[in-house]
Amino acid sequence: MSTGANTLPRRRSSASLRHRLAERGIDSQLWMLVPAVIFALALFIYPFIYGVGLTVQPLPGMQKQWGGGIFANYIAFFKDPFVFDSVWITMRLAIPAALINVLVSIPIAFKLRGKFRGKRFLSTLLVLPITLGTVLTAQGLLIFAGRQGWLNRILMDTGIIHEPLQLVNNYVGVMFSLVISGFPFAYLLISSYLSGIDPSLEAAARTLGANWRQRFARVTLPLLAPGLATTFILTFVLAFSVFPSARLVGDPGDATRVMALMAYRAFGEQQNYSMASTIAVMMGVAELVIIAVVLLGRSFLYKGSTGGKG
Amino acid sequence: MSHSTNAFDSLELKDVGRSFGGHDALVDLNLTIRSGEFIALLGPSGSGKSTALNCLAGLLPLTHGKILIDGKRVDTLPPEKRDFGMVFQNYALFPHLSVQKNIAFGLQVRGVPRADIARRVAEAIALVKLEEHAKKLPGQLSGGQQQRVAIARATVLEPRLVLMDEPLSNLDAKLRLEMRTEIRRLHQALGLTTVYVTHDQEEALSLADRLVVLRDGRVQQIGTPEELHNNPANWHVADFMGYRNLLDLEVEQVSGSQAQVSGHGLSLVGTAVHDVTAGDSVRVAVRPHDLLVVPDRASGQNTAGQNMFEALVNVVEYQGREFAVGVTTSTGQNLFVHAEQAPRVGDRVILRVDPARALVYQTDLERENASSRAAAPAEPARVAP
Repeated sequence: MSTGANTLPRRRSSASLRHRLAERGIDSQLWMLVPAVIFALALFIYPFIYGVGLTVQPLPGMQKQWGGGIFANYIAFFKDPFVFDSVWITMRLAIPAALINVLVSIPIAFKLRGKFRGKRFLSTLLVLPITLGTVLTAQGLLIFAGRQGWLNRILMDTGIIHEPLQLVNNYVGVMFSLVISGFPFAYLLISSYLSGIDPSLEAAARTLGANWRQRFARVTLPLLAPGLATTFILTFVLAFSVFPSARLVGDPGDATRVMALMAYRAFGEQQNYSMASTIAVMMGVAELVIIAVVLLGRSFLYKGSTGGKG
Repeated sequence: MSHSTNAFDSLELKDVGRSFGGHDALVDLNLTIRSGEFIALLGPSGSGKSTALNCLAGLLPLTHGKILIDGKRVDTLPPEKRDFGMVFQNYALFPHLSVQKNIAFGLQVRGVPRADIARRVAEAIALVKLEEHAKKLPGQLSGGQQQRVAIARATVLEPRLVLMDEPLSNLDAKLRLEMRTEIRRLHQALGLTTVYVTHDQEEALSLADRLVVLRDGRVQQIGTPEELHNNPANWHVADFMGYRNLLDLEVEQVSGSQAQVSGHGLSLVGTAVHDVTAGDSVRVAVRPHDLLVVPDRASGQNTAGQNMFEALVNVVEYQGREFAVGVTTSTGQNLFVHAEQAPRVGDRVILRVDPARALVYQTDLERENASSRAAAPAEPARVAP
């Protein structure tokens, strides 16, 4: 609206109420949102509130052991090292996994930016793991990289190693699985962010005398950084809720005793619904803390148009 | 700002060509650019002018020929080592850097001392009159201001050669005129050798010391604005140089450089630019300004033999000082004429053309090449056979 109109006495709009509401986006099309709202209420908001409610209804045993009345579960979460350590165990898996996914995707997305023969085949191959479930990935890893897996057998038969490599049922196994399932997301996101950067910017930097390192550091990276932060958050969240692979190819008792596993244990083995809910809620809080930190960092970056097709 | 310190004596393009998978985008471009010259590459889209510029910049590798500066090859150097400045059609300003930092970019990557950078950037900003916008991001500037930043960014390095790729095509008409003057002023102030790509003949004529007209990747003519304007080498160049009236006629007889041509119910005497013989099909090019509307009192005269013919007015456009008039001859040939006084639509008018201003060209561009007798340009255009 023009600011010049402020000097004139405001005239009442003569349009109908319906017209004025429509101008603010309120019209009959809004009814199309109803199914989505019902879904969100029934399948997310209600269960979420119910779960949060559960956390403040601790079992009598928990209250006796940890005190704190209705907050006994939270006290147990922070005071019981067996539970609380799982936060660090999960972070130790999720943050490096997300970093690896982002850092590995950058050069690959760069290389696959141009047009060349076989590009489609190659990028299909890279994205294919998206179609594998985590369970399938875990199973495949066990068969391929287990003690009696193909990899170890080949390496032993060819005499390169004498003892089988311990690649599964530990931290490494889970990391592999997280990279396999997280990389396609990271690659797809980063290559779309990269295609949003106008290639003539790099050409301009070249004619101004910048070598590839300077071009990357001064032009491409600053324009790509907000996208990298978003990608990091996405793959971090994917990795943070790791559960099947931590159990199947990990070491669920020790090195990969992740939060999801702890929640499952509280619910499945100890029948302690309220503690399970508490761990689940704290999982969300831990993720939000990391996301908040990354978004704070991102807010200092340039986020405007990057000149490309976006 | 001082004149470029790393200037060269001459830059030579020798048989430069570029193909894209069997399609020749540029063929046998031969051109010698002298230091301080302003060269315009002129042609319609797809004529290879941008390809030529990108080859010069090094953004496209050559498939044929070489580029030499004072005898030393530069086409093997990557763009970042050529020391050429380039102004892109879409400006290609770094969106995350302020005006100042955009202009400083080239100096920074070269490791110029900080104090020098500050001084030279300030000078460049003053030169393009952007002092109060120095701290803004490109997204906060208008198109014309962005263009100034792009020019300052390319020229602050005092490059050996400045390349401009249709820098004014994204601006509105008024701004285009202003920036045209600005570019000319900068060129005169800095003395930077410039190669300028455009499809706008007016822009090319007003800016350049020499023009290179391209068509389908081949050079049509190289010459000064006057040479091209007055003596186009073929009908294609003529078409580009504002000879809006192109008539397909046939040669009746030739005497010296004068050719009697006819067809479409017309019979004219024109000046043969190419060697023509009776029976050749030719294209006659006439500027709207050279088709004169003969005053009424003369209309009773016999029109034959005086390069006069009759036509019917069908469109009159007011253009300020004069009128652009569209007429149709008795055989349906549409022509464009300029008139001082507006005729009425539907009027019959008598038009006359000076034989010297009706240029007769071979219709077949391939044939004309073998027989070109265009007024010798300063440097004969070597045209592909």
